[in-house]
Amino acid sequence: MWDISSEALETAKLRGATYADVRVMHMRQRDLTTKNGEVGTLSQSESIGLGIRVLARGGWGFASTDRLTREGVSACAAQAVSIAKASALAKRGEVVMADEKPYIDSWQSAFSKDPFEIPLETQLALLLAADAEMRRVKGVTLTETDLQFRKIDSWFASSIGSRIHQRKVISGCGIAATSYRNDEIQKRSYPNSFGGQHALQGYELVESLDLMQHAPRVAQDAVALHTAAQCPQKTGTLILGGSQLGLQIHESVGHPIELDRVLGQEANFAGTSFLTLDQLNKLRYGSDIVNVVADARVEHGPGLGTFAYDDEGVPAQCTDIIKDGQFRGYLSNRETAHRIGLKRSSGTMRTENWNRLPIIRMTNISLKPGTWDFDNLVADTDDAILMETNRSWSIDDRRYQFQFSTEIAWEIKGGKKARMLKNPSYSGITTEFWNSCDAICNRDAWTLWGTPNCGKGQPMQTMGTGHGASPARFRNIGIGAAFSKQ
Amino acid sequence: MSERNSSPVLMAERDLRAIVDHVLRLAKSTDAEETEVQVDEVDEALTRFANNTIHQNVAEHGLTVSVRTVIDGRTARATTNRVDADSLRGAITASLSLAQSQPKNPRLLPMPSKQRYRPVNRFAKPTAALTPDDRARAVKRACDLAVKRGQTAAGIFASGQQQMALGNSRGLFAAYRETHAEFSITMQEPPAASWAKANFGDVSQVNPQELAERASDKAHRATNAVELAPGKYTVILEPAAVLDLVGFLFYDFSATAIADKRSCFNDRIGKQVFGKNISLMEDVYHPLQLGAPFDGEGMPRQRVALVDRGVPKNLVYSRAAAKALKKKPTGHGFPLPNEYGEAPMNLVFSGGNASLKEMIASTDRGLLVTRLWYIREVDPYEKVMTGMTRDGVFLVEKGRVTSAVRNFRFNQSILEMLRNVELLGPAGRASGEEAFEMVVPAVKVRDFHFSEVTKF
Repeated sequence: MWDISSEALETAKLRGATYADVRVMHMRQRDLTTKNGEVGTLSQSESIGLGIRVLARGGWGFASTDRLTREGVSACAAQAVSIAKASALAKRGEVVMADEKPYIDSWQSAFSKDPFEIPLETQLALLLAADAEMRRVKGVTLTETDLQFRKIDSWFASSIGSRIHQRKVISGCGIAATSYRNDEIQKRSYPNSFGGQHALQGYELVESLDLMQHAPRVAQDAVALHTAAQCPQKTGTLILGGSQLGLQIHESVGHPIELDRVLGQEANFAGTSFLTLDQLNKLRYGSDIVNVVADARVEHGPGLGTFAYDDEGVPAQCTDIIKDGQFRGYLSNRETAHRIGLKRSSGTMRTENWNRLPIIRMTNISLKPGTWDFDNLVADTDDAILMETNRSWSIDDRRYQFQFSTEIAWEIKGGKKARMLKNPSYSGITTEFWNSCDAICNRDAWTLWGTPNCGKGQPMQTMGTGHGASPARFRNIGIGAAFSKQ
Repeated sequence: MSERNSSPVLMAERDLRAIVDHVLRLAKSTDAEETEVQVDEVDEALTRFANNTIHQNVAEHGLTVSVRTVIDGRTARATTNRVDADSLRGAITASLSLAQSQPKNPRLLPMPSKQRYRPVNRFAKPTAALTPDDRARAVKRACDLAVKRGQTAAGIFASGQQQMALGNSRGLFAAYRETHAEFSITMQEPPAASWAKANFGDVSQVNPQELAERASDKAHRATNAVELAPGKYTVILEPAAVLDLVGFLFYDFSATAIADKRSCFNDRIGKQVFGKNISLMEDVYHPLQLGAPFDGEGMPRQRVALVDRGVPKNLVYSRAAAKALKKKPTGHGFPLPNEYGEAPMNLVFSGGNASLKEMIASTDRGLLVTRLWYIREVDPYEKVMTGMTRDGVFLVEKGRVTSAVRNFRFNQSILEMLRNVELLGPAGRASGEEAFEMVVPAVKVRDFHFSEVTKF
């Protein structure tokens, strides 16, 4: 792969590029699903190609090709340069990138069981058995299960001399039961909604989640929700389960700290951010116990945002985002880091595949564990609603006002978990929400959740992000507005 | 291969057919009892701008070959983007290996035989020939307008061509190609912003400067927004807002969704669900639509009257759903194997005669909404959706626009909304950010539920 990378870089240089970086990527994917006891999707795919990003006459250009011959990659590099020169027609300033050293390295994510080596029969048997367990529960009208595996090789080379090979193995799985009765659809999922849990792990992730044990409970919950009380509309205390809090972090911390959004580069599609540059090191983002990091390093855990180098050749880093409640950092790349006076990129340029331009993406944006044992937190709470497992999520284009609904909730009364509630939701303003946090559970309840479907960019790119979270408590939160008829 | 400004052009249809035939020949020497091959080729480019300059500018060429085999009542799919004989053999082998790993499916149908298709012509040579310089010049004019008016422009100018061929071992062959061009722009005049977008098969129907002017004028009018209390309002939804909201009904018209009891139309087919002024067709042949005249199995797409004067009348059926429910396939199936069955992808609303001006003039107090954003489903059966207004909300009082308004969060049932439509404009091809393009009108709706207000 280094030969064709070099060919592309050399062509770009000859055509006038002042900087270039190349990614050759090979992605293998396998998807298995079942529905109502039958196999649904059963497919695998592979894709290999090259993408080259160049700077010429002060403009950016990117081109990609699946023609991996010398002629093919040369034509692709030449095309990227001609596109960059076209960009320069509407140029209004010079592009300057923060310094970075060249690296020559090879890295592979850790896994103990290669999911592509596990017999398909074993994988399907697990899904069909979990599916059958859910269908044993009377009242369940739809059962769904899924497994997804990916193996991604990338070879990065740049005109400053970097040559970096990385291999990632990613696994994901989940189950869900739906019940339709009396003009109402209720659904429960495990271990998370929208495809379950996803991580930078092998088949050991699937085995660790024990789908069979959880299948009956998931199905029973879906049916029981029909007769549960409606979640009330009120202002009150809210306890969020870890997976829901992970998505809350994603939407109300992860996206607004993207420096491309802050600088207006996403204004037409994903939106901008309330975290304007004057807020850095000044804004009280959350209460004193709120500490959030952007950590792509292996030691943070096997998250979907874990890697050794980003797709701009910058090593993985840990950046303080919120420290003791204060807003401390952005997600940046080399260009935006220089733009705001940082000495170095925070290493968050990521691409979906060879045919997409790397853009600033979340890595693992995680809330650090607090001190509370979960049972003690419930015992300490007189009156609250505990919400678990996301059902819907929405936030405005500057990331102020959000609303989430979850699959299920329970009342907390007098320090104990009480009756089940259906159709729960909560809403608020980002900084008011995080400043109302008064308890975060400890490391024992902390999970590095995977969000595999984060969409951003034009053309749209889907990226996996990680979000470490443990259950946490928030005071004076608006609850139940989604189902209000007022 | 010829070149277009250093960019590849699409292969000839006969070359796609040669790939299909090659895979079918290779599969004959395997255990596959039936084989289906789909070849897709894309040649896309997108110029992206922000802060009145181009900051991203990309091009992509890709070719994929997807193989589905059947063996002993089992089927599976494997896809590759390598077209050498070894890679194609590898895809066939992988497909067979996947297929053999599962239990037999007694409901798996034989692949369809040769079909006849109604021809559509959706390939515009000037669109295919658009160059990076063409796009950059249009973008520069839009950015110059922003600079002149003290505003900041962001957006995209995209163009491309794509084609596909689908064939199987029972003699079916279908091919389709199209071009498309899209210009989208946000003009920012802090703290306000506004937006305009167009997407057509032929670039000559996209007028970037007109869109830039429209977004610019509206952004200026959106400054000095006042905060109003949430509640129920009469709203005038521009076509993009209608599109992005009703786009969430696509999957509910699927016969498989009804069978799975996950559609909002369960127990509602044949009933007066919407107002009598709502009729909805699925029509890939409508002159304002794009898309292939066949589905993922190669079945010809049919026009389907989904809603007639407020009553959901018909669904769309894949072959499998049609067989199970004793109906005829409508040509809306997804490539097999899949668990979702089918969906209509080319919705056409029958509109009305009311102009936007007439809607405003007839409104005593209401809100004019440019578009909606981050729409998600809150209640799947009542089809309650949440989301935000974006890029321009305006207060209408006594028949005229009086001020800009801060953005709201809504929680609104689509079913209820389509019972409360008071006026419809002429239907046109609309483009949003959350749903496929479709042919929809602007509408005036009473009692639209806004639950909260944001800070801008």
